[in-house]
Amino acid sequence: MVFQGIGASVRRKEDVRFLSGKGNYTDDINRPGQLYAYIQRSDRPHATIDSIDIAAASAAPGVVKVFVGADIVEAGLGGIPCGWQIHNQDGSPMAEPMHPVIAVGKVRHVGDPVAVVIAETRQDAKNAAELLEITYTDLPAVANLTDAVKPGAGEVHDGVAGNICYDWAIGDKSVIDGVFASAHKVVKLDLINNRLIPNAMEPRVALGDFDTSSGDWTLYTTSQNPHVIRLLMGAFVLHIPENKLRVVAPDVGGGFGSKIYHYAEEAIVTWAAGKLRRPVKWTADRSESFMSDAHGRDHVSTAEMAIDKEGHFLGLRITTLANMGAYLSTFAPAVPTYLYATLLAGVYKTPVIYCNVKAVFTNTVPVDAYRGAGRPEATYLLERLVDVIAMETGIDKVELRRKNFIGVDAFPYQTPVALQYDSGDYQTTLKVALKNADWDGFEARRAEAKKRGKLRGIGISTYVEACGIAPSAVVGSLGARAGLYEVAEIRVHPTGSVTVFTGTHSHGQGHETTFAQLVVDQLGVPFDQIEIVHGDTAKIPFGMGTYGSRSLPVGGSAMVKAMDKVIAKGKKIAAHLMEAAVEDIEFKDNTFTVAGTDKSKTLTDISLAAYVPHNYPIEELEPGLDETAFYDPKNFTFPGGCHIAELEVDPETGVVEMINFTAVDDVGRVINPMIVEGQVQGGVAQGIGQALMEACIYDSSGQLLSGSYMDYTMPRANDIPNLSVATENTMCTHNPLGSKGCGEVGAIGSPPAVINAVVDALKDYGVRHLDMPATGAKLWSIIQAAPSSGNAPAMAAE
Amino acid sequence: MYDFAYQKPGSLADAVKVLSGDMEAKALAGGQTLIPVLKQRLNKPATVVDLSALGLTGITVSGGVITIGAMTRHADIASNADIKAKIPGLAHQASLIGDEAVRHRGTMGGSLANNDPAACYPSALLALGGTIKTDRRTIAADDFFQGMFTTALEQGEIITSIDLPIPEKSAYEKFRNPASRYAIVGVFVAKFANGVRLAITGASQDGVFRHTEMEKALSANFSPDAIAGIVTPADGLNGDIHASSEYRAHLIGVISKRAVAKAA
Repeated sequence: MVFQGIGASVRRKEDVRFLSGKGNYTDDINRPGQLYAYIQRSDRPHATIDSIDIAAASAAPGVVKVFVGADIVEAGLGGIPCGWQIHNQDGSPMAEPMHPVIAVGKVRHVGDPVAVVIAETRQDAKNAAELLEITYTDLPAVANLTDAVKPGAGEVHDGVAGNICYDWAIGDKSVIDGVFASAHKVVKLDLINNRLIPNAMEPRVALGDFDTSSGDWTLYTTSQNPHVIRLLMGAFVLHIPENKLRVVAPDVGGGFGSKIYHYAEEAIVTWAAGKLRRPVKWTADRSESFMSDAHGRDHVSTAEMAIDKEGHFLGLRITTLANMGAYLSTFAPAVPTYLYATLLAGVYKTPVIYCNVKAVFTNTVPVDAYRGAGRPEATYLLERLVDVIAMETGIDKVELRRKNFIGVDAFPYQTPVALQYDSGDYQTTLKVALKNADWDGFEARRAEAKKRGKLRGIGISTYVEACGIAPSAVVGSLGARAGLYEVAEIRVHPTGSVTVFTGTHSHGQGHETTFAQLVVDQLGVPFDQIEIVHGDTAKIPFGMGTYGSRSLPVGGSAMVKAMDKVIAKGKKIAAHLMEAAVEDIEFKDNTFTVAGTDKSKTLTDISLAAYVPHNYPIEELEPGLDETAFYDPKNFTFPGGCHIAELEVDPETGVVEMINFTAVDDVGRVINPMIVEGQVQGGVAQGIGQALMEACIYDSSGQLLSGSYMDYTMPRANDIPNLSVATENTMCTHNPLGSKGCGEVGAIGSPPAVINAVVDALKDYGVRHLDMPATGAKLWSIIQAAPSSGNAPAMAAE
Repeated sequence: MYDFAYQKPGSLADAVKVLSGDMEAKALAGGQTLIPVLKQRLNKPATVVDLSALGLTGITVSGGVITIGAMTRHADIASNADIKAKIPGLAHQASLIGDEAVRHRGTMGGSLANNDPAACYPSALLALGGTIKTDRRTIAADDFFQGMFTTALEQGEIITSIDLPIPEKSAYEKFRNPASRYAIVGVFVAKFANGVRLAITGASQDGVFRHTEMEKALSANFSPDAIAGIVTPADGLNGDIHASSEYRAHLIGVISKRAVAKAA
């Protein structure tokens, strides 16, 4: 039999339906009598809504109803809740302004819903929306962080002074200032983490349905976490109890974080379906996604490192402005705080760290977690700063990293910013990456490129991240309004096949394959007799979904725990059937054996006995073989590693060509090496996209300039070189699988490696730093302005 | 998109009649610009007139001229053996337009009639000194392009074919917009016995144009060095979030040199 357990590169079973057009996505679902919603969105960044005349639209062909903000006020709908509360330095809670599902009185970003037209066809709804007469009075708008915090800037929300959502800090300011006052040298860097638009392949869709006989609502939606949506929407927005509300997230075509959050459209269609007694579907088109899906990143930071004579890091001091957009998305406040500042130790034993974060409202689309969420921002800042330190001290950049690494014998390692790393071996991932990238042969390759007129550069990033989100009590103490355990139910059927119900959600990760491999490994059930069920609150226990590289370390661990229960119960049944003591029963390879004898029963024998309990210890044991486990992780997991980028810049055009990319990651135990490689490849492609291409650009008035693929540069396959992906794993010490998670490492580790390589390529031009994305136009300008081009005064390009 | 009537005439005369008689009618060639425009509701034609049944496809060579039917698709131009041998710059240019799907739907006539300032083909037509044949007349390339999205075509006039003189040498070099992959600067250079023509697309606010200073220098000496010192002013060039007018002006020099090096 082909090995399909832990460690096998089993082909993804879900790909058969995805690649043959048999997937069942939300937009593939249609309900009898279905209506279509079109959402009229604000084209103004900031304005009062003076009037909305819906008469003509309401009378248009096919129109069933037009809803505006006043309707949701009258209906008593709640605002979209925020799932995380951050406290200011003075202990007061963050500003948490109302986020209505349809704008009431004011619009605060281009794309804010102003009216909803519901009609018999999508075309009818769209036609009627053009007949809406909306009058606005424009208000002063702020789009970028530095403008928004200037005195006298327009205020996004009344009563939120200076647009500050919160002013938060970690670390002791007086201690860090003392470290800096006595340091040998301080290296300072100002940098921007560019704003990104997520762009999952499948745009968001929501279909609300209402059963007039039972009075039950169903929402079909493109979500990474249907239970979270049911909780947020049911409890806070629509006031529907859980037993009357089912949320289904079927096949979902990518999320990258953007489908975690509860969005207005979900509440709108569900509520409207109940009001109109007919199903209501909304499907985003791509342009609409650009202005309604939560964006990512968007930080402006100043970072300073105090160092001693030998280049040891003594203290890190950081101030960051983080863009929240116009409203707080579900997990937005956590991203620049507990997913960012707690990562600022990185792989280094920096003893003192202080970080102040001001979260800022602007007249832009809300910003929330996007693949990596806070950790790419921390890693980029730190790994750029380390390279600048190397440049300014003359210490070799690899040596500088090595000498500051947390040693392999230092684990568990308590950082000064709350986290305790359980395991890792940064020297080894570095060593293997240097070898795989032929780091030592680089200067010869640079010289060869120079002969061809190209500027070749190499860049390195050594990183750690915190995922496997998360210990509930810990995140609760930090402001999370949810628990972050995971749940699994293992249902062994009478003839020994297995259905797994998981609270995680697969939207590209391949859970149906990986999770089945866990069952193959632990229960010895053949791969093709295992079914993974997810994404339906009517079927699965209350789970928290998929994000933060949590599905395997948390969800997989719940499966292991549930299978432990299955085995424990199976042993009792086996002991009864074989007339042996429970302690003498061993389970291995799908078989219960009486130790030291040839007496055995297969799992099928046991499951059959469990469901046909004729000869069964019925006095002591319930029938059936169906076990559920909730697993709350003891700690975060800490994947890490080393990424190396090698590229060439064309000095005539400024254009960067990626040549090689090497990743050596520590992701803990690997279940399916092929899927891990694919996850890292995808993450690295997104990281290269952020570093070289992607830029969400608003003009100063709040209009979105990069509003379509004509202007927003997504990386294409031929922008990405062949990727050398390898793992050098140390085991997570606190979960039963030893797995750390691999979904985000690529997007976290890669951007600084790429920018470090660009800066290295431009080293003859006196470049100290440049902000992402490193486009041809930007590099050309830098080259033009550099002293060695003879075109400009001697100044470092910033 | 808005509702519209769809017609697919079987003869050129019928097509011209429909398009001439209805100011609200739009011709549909390959649809790679029109369909997205309709989907975004940026245009509201009463009638869309599909030109695909008019037999306007095909590539022929005769007497030093290659004639390309207006409805010939980019993929067919890119892969045509005669074009690859005789006007390699054009075959290469066609291979760079859009993506595979676009190249199998989009047509040369459709692109030329649209005259997008960032489209590729206008540079080939202008640099090769080609001729547009329509249902009623012939139009020289130098007279055809009249500013962005504007041509010499009259209401209802349909391009039937394009005549392109075969040069001694030709090349196209394209600097792509990283997002849309349209040309930020595209340079088509063609060397004939009696001189060199060089046309630039993507860069100017007025659409495709001939760079006469470069043409003069290259006619005397067909080498990249001949144009190395020519500075193109940024005045009148496009500037956007991807490339300033200064960057475009600079790229005109770089990309032109590369086009000449490729051709020479």
